[in-house]
Amino acid sequence: MATTTASESIPSWRYVWGVRWRLWRQNALEFWRELHKHPISVAGGVVMVAYVLAALFAEQITWHNPELGSLRNRLLPPAFVAGGSWDFPLGTDAQGRDLYTRIVFGARVSLAVGILSVAISMVVGVALGALAGYRRGRIDGLISRFADLLMAFPFLIFAIGMMAFLGPGFVNLILALTFKGWVEFFRLARGDMIAEGTREYVEAARVTGQKPWRIVVGEMLPNILPTIFVLTTLRIGFMIVTEASLSFLGLGIQPPTPAWGSMVADGRNHLLNAWWVSTMPGLAIVGLVLAINLFGEGLRDILDPRLKLE
Amino acid sequence: MAEPILELRNLTTVFPTRRGEVRAVDAVNLALYPGQILGLVGESGCGKSTVLLSILGLIARPGRITGEVLFDGRDLTKLSNRELRRVRGKEIAMIFQDPLSTLNPAFPVGEQIRESLRLHNMLPGPSFWPLDSSRRRREKERVLQVMEEVGIPAPEARYRAYPHQFSGGMQQRALIAIGLACNPRILLADEPTTALDVTIQAQIVALMKRINQEHGTAIILVTHDLGLAAEFCDHIAVMYAGRIVEIGNVDQVIENPQHPYTQGLLRCIPDLKERSPLQPIPGSVPDLAELPSGCAFGPRCPEFQPVCAKGFFRLQPVAENGQRKAHRSGEVHMARCLRLTAYRIPEDD
Amino acid sequence: MRLVKIVERLLVAIPIMTGVAVIVFFFMRLTPGDPVDIMMGQGGAVSAGEMERLRSEFNLDKPLHEQLAIFLLDLARGDMGNSFTRQRPVAQLIAERLPATIELALGALIFGLLVAFPIGIISAVRQNSLTDRLSMAGAFLGISMPPFWLGILLILIFSVHLKWLPVQGRIGSDVHLTTITGFYVLDSLLTGNREALVSSLRHLVLPSVTLGAAVAAIVARVLRSSMLECLRSDYVKLARAKGVSEFSTVAKHALRNALIPTVTVVGLQVGVLLGGNMIVEAVFGWPGLGRLVVDAIFARDFPLVQGAVMVYAFTFVAANLVVDVLYTYLNPKIEM
Repeated sequence: MATTTASESIPSWRYVWGVRWRLWRQNALEFWRELHKHPISVAGGVVMVAYVLAALFAEQITWHNPELGSLRNRLLPPAFVAGGSWDFPLGTDAQGRDLYTRIVFGARVSLAVGILSVAISMVVGVALGALAGYRRGRIDGLISRFADLLMAFPFLIFAIGMMAFLGPGFVNLILALTFKGWVEFFRLARGDMIAEGTREYVEAARVTGQKPWRIVVGEMLPNILPTIFVLTTLRIGFMIVTEASLSFLGLGIQPPTPAWGSMVADGRNHLLNAWWVSTMPGLAIVGLVLAINLFGEGLRDILDPRLKLE
Repeated sequence: MAEPILELRNLTTVFPTRRGEVRAVDAVNLALYPGQILGLVGESGCGKSTVLLSILGLIARPGRITGEVLFDGRDLTKLSNRELRRVRGKEIAMIFQDPLSTLNPAFPVGEQIRESLRLHNMLPGPSFWPLDSSRRRREKERVLQVMEEVGIPAPEARYRAYPHQFSGGMQQRALIAIGLACNPRILLADEPTTALDVTIQAQIVALMKRINQEHGTAIILVTHDLGLAAEFCDHIAVMYAGRIVEIGNVDQVIENPQHPYTQGLLRCIPDLKERSPLQPIPGSVPDLAELPSGCAFGPRCPEFQPVCAKGFFRLQPVAENGQRKAHRSGEVHMARCLRLTAYRIPEDD
Repeated sequence: MRLVKIVERLLVAIPIMTGVAVIVFFFMRLTPGDPVDIMMGQGGAVSAGEMERLRSEFNLDKPLHEQLAIFLLDLARGDMGNSFTRQRPVAQLIAERLPATIELALGALIFGLLVAFPIGIISAVRQNSLTDRLSMAGAFLGISMPPFWLGILLILIFSVHLKWLPVQGRIGSDVHLTTITGFYVLDSLLTGNREALVSSLRHLVLPSVTLGAAVAAIVARVLRSSMLECLRSDYVKLARAKGVSEFSTVAKHALRNALIPTVTVVGLQVGVLLGGNMIVEAVFGWPGLGRLVVDAIFARDFPLVQGAVMVYAFTFVAANLVVDVLYTYLNPKIEM
């Protein structure tokens, strides 16, 4: 039998990454095919993208000032109701501001808060979760205890509590949301890391002398990414609703910046004669969150059928 | 011979699938006589479990059952669900393969056995709590009796125990107890020993033999282990791709197997004495949605002839020197193969 | 043995509640600037002496760990300080408003479960039927709608247009009710006050539906999911082979096992109930703890906000305890 030297038997990095690229491409193709089986989810994704585009190009697709209105135009009905005009397609609020414009600009706030808070929560949560799940021991105990403690608070209560003391504002809002938001990601990442840690390839990597950080980031993390990704999508909708709720109470984004939640709150006094002031922004929220949830469902179906339960 | 207690005539069970109709059971004819043990042998997917489920009408829509299942003169396939429920568990009981997953994990074992008794009104009395307390006591006594009979030690203590607290063999005994509770005439056993250790297997087999002898319960044993069938059964039917390919008395089939599949199965049994190399059957079980034309076993058969792919063979009696040779029990050994048709091929010696 | 587990859970709850209190204590330290300043509403015509007095009342002049110790000890005695704007003990104010909040939460929970169970079970039994698809679509909508908007929508439809149900409040302003427990429905039953019973129930409907919708949606989905799995299991096969009727198979054999993961989810939903409670109380003018908190926040009444947040968290912990105990009853594998 011929003998081989060590450098011949361990595949080079180039080879390994070549294999990985081909595997990834295969997965991507399969993903594309799966996507075709979930038309509703794709529709959700399209709507999501539409919202994002609308938020980005708000100035281009609106023609009124979102923060200043003329009292001459107050409480005008939407275009499809008697007395309305297409100049104010969705009507106006009590200060004469065009609802359509405000809704489009409000998308900026909601999307910014939603995406940013989830992104930060994800990074913090996954980092801590990977650390705790891989190292175990005292670090794990400490962080887990803290996470459990935070979980003793209902989310909204915690957020409201923080906002009450911090004061309103964009940055404070993000802070309040992420302070508790990372826990879900932490738990998921930690659980998955512990499960992955028992798999053979981890042992194999350790035996060949891989540095622990390379194992975690290079090998284990990619394997748990699909479930994390699914959770991310689902949490965005939740964060958007939470932000809207806080703004509704007056604790979130302050006027005159348009935020869907505060717009709904503004319309409460005019339910009898101007139902659209509250209804339209609410519909905007529902549309976005529904789209996100539908998209997230489909994603979950494709990426991880195990995660069927909430 | 007496009248058969259960007779399957042309039983066919079909499942419509996206790729066409799948005949899980194809024109099966079987007869089970009182006190007999019949073995249904074959690899996974050959339809043997489906036969049992079809007997009790447990095939979910959109599957369809055609043909006749005659029990005590009644055709079970024509009965309503309500009438069938009176047969299930009471006259014909069924035990399944994996006892841990078949027993309900949320209820104590004793209660699950008692449920059969209550369901089929074995010990009559009032139905509602708290009027039924004496009836419960009587039922519990009967349950303990059955538990003891199947060999569960300390039944009193085990009555309130949950399935996950039992060992594998104990669980299977519990399942058998559920089956026996109402003294059924027929026991359908779907691979009862497959999930168990070899030593426990032997115990369960001995238990079932004892039940057969003491209660006269007829048994249909489904298994992929021809050796087990040989040891335990009075008659054997070998199935392949939904059809019976060989049937007869155990002596006939084991000592003089006619169908190449049966011969192959016998060769698969490791012989501890001879230590000859294992000879597996080449290939794998066909996809029932895409069966080969003609004989389903053809592609794997060592004696395949081109004509095998064209014709559909019926079960023919095995002949020796042109004479039909019947077993002393009066049974006829039959097989479905080219060898037994009028076209006899000269054998190479 | 089960008792041991229960006691164990109770004991674990104590450090958690302590931890909650500690976190809430540090909430107040979050405010940029001087808390007393903010409470006075900067620029108020208050003398420096008054500020000093307040500072010492709130122990702000002592070192941090001492403040924490005092805070926790007071809490153990049930003393949550005094409300700044109402000059009364916080604990008292909270106790007055708590029954209203609990009544609403219970109403929502009952509504949610009453809706979720039939839908979840039937959807599973008739998988992919029209009922199933419609129910799941409805459930999707339920979790996508923000509660405050749903509440306003319901008010718009049922109160403003159809005029079937009242808009605000807990009971008609012209109805008299002697309160014993603080739970209006219960009290009207106890005092035989039919008018009050009808009125309080009518006022309870919309808020309960609003709050309970999200719960119903999530529980229905989870129940359906676990039922589907249970219906495919081997023990259901055995039940049918034993001759058990289809109804019993579903209602007894399958459901019993499907409840186990469902109960856990219901426990989590209690948190949603408590959180959304604040919103719904604001929308419907429900005179409960949530309204109190929101008012307190705008009035910068920090002790009151602190106390209320703690009470909410404690309630959540207690509810989870109950759910845990229930779980040990349902899942025989969790017996010691």
